[in-house]
Amino acid sequence: MKITRKDFLRLSGLGFLAVAGRKAVRAVAERSFVPSTPPAKPVRWGMAFDLDKCRHKDGCNRCIQACHSTHNVPQFADRAHEIKWIWKEPFQNVFPAAQTDYTREFYGNLPVLLACNHCDDPPCQDVCPVDATWRRDDGVVTIDFHRCIGCRYCMAACPYGARSFNWQDPRPAIATVNPDFPTRTKGVVEKCNFCEERLAKGHGPACAESCEEKAIVFGDLEKPDSELRQVLRSRFAVQRKPELGTGPSVYYVV
Amino acid sequence: MSDRPLIVAGLTLFVGLVSTPIWHGALNREAALAAPPIKLPAQEKQCVAPALYMRSSHMQLLEQWRNEAVRDGRRQFVALNGETYNKDLTRTCLTGCHTDRKEFCGRCHDYAGVADPNCWNCHNDSQMASRSTP
Repeated sequence: MKITRKDFLRLSGLGFLAVAGRKAVRAVAERSFVPSTPPAKPVRWGMAFDLDKCRHKDGCNRCIQACHSTHNVPQFADRAHEIKWIWKEPFQNVFPAAQTDYTREFYGNLPVLLACNHCDDPPCQDVCPVDATWRRDDGVVTIDFHRCIGCRYCMAACPYGARSFNWQDPRPAIATVNPDFPTRTKGVVEKCNFCEERLAKGHGPACAESCEEKAIVFGDLEKPDSELRQVLRSRFAVQRKPELGTGPSVYYVV
Repeated sequence: MSDRPLIVAGLTLFVGLVSTPIWHGALNREAALAAPPIKLPAQEKQCVAPALYMRSSHMQLLEQWRNEAVRDGRRQFVALNGETYNKDLTRTCLTGCHTDRKEFCGRCHDYAGVADPNCWNCHNDSQMASRSTP
């Protein structure tokens, strides 16, 4: 088939028109579908442990008990199977560089509360091969237990030892079950979730609310007038292993 | 050629045995088609979605609830009839409605030959809820 010069020009013109028309339609469509939601208000949940207030009552474990009963944390006699959400370690193990031979005498064995630091840049999230753990927009590092395959990369990556693995079915080791929070199953990793299920209902974390001495302060790190920020402004506070660049949201007021 | 009866008999036997599932099913058609004896909730009349949809697609709905609640923090579900439900397997589905999951979920899963779902390994059913302190 032979094409005449006139036909060729006509067809080319039509082609150009069609392309221009498509671009015009797309531009109009895109403009009308721009999401009109305002930028979300930044929230970054954080916590401060007041070591001085925490020492007031010797042997007090109210926060730990409150957390464990809220989240169905099992209690295994064998330490190798221990599940940790919030727990205590001696000062010299938590802050090995922050002491001298002479301060160790008093501080060395004082108990310090530990929990997940809900890092700004959590290494656990980076190594998870199945996207089962991630940092939410409000700073809470959370786990999707459904998705966790139990590879324990996150446990190796976490520099704070905040994650525990369920080596066996935790249910027999739970004394009383809180029906509003799922138990876990054998083969998944778990840790402190900053009580995100309570935050969703407008409550603070169970540990902070259970402390009679108000030694645990929870709040929004991005809000300058929050109680947490006021504490961090008025007292000297440190983070665990800040040199790693993980940006912990948990502070220790000393 | 003298083997013909043997071959035919052998083939017939073979075809008969291979097609056992087909003619067994055809003979027991009534039993195979009888609906599983599930126990419907006594106190609730309305599910979060029409029964026909739930029968065929409850797994998609539950997965959608799971992802929205865990990943996006969207914990409310507005049903077609305008009612709002919490996306909560324990409270909305198990303790509030299907109090005996073995008689409801279990029987139908048995009937359909689908393995018992592992939801209950973590999510508390009414038996687990009754283990709690008042």
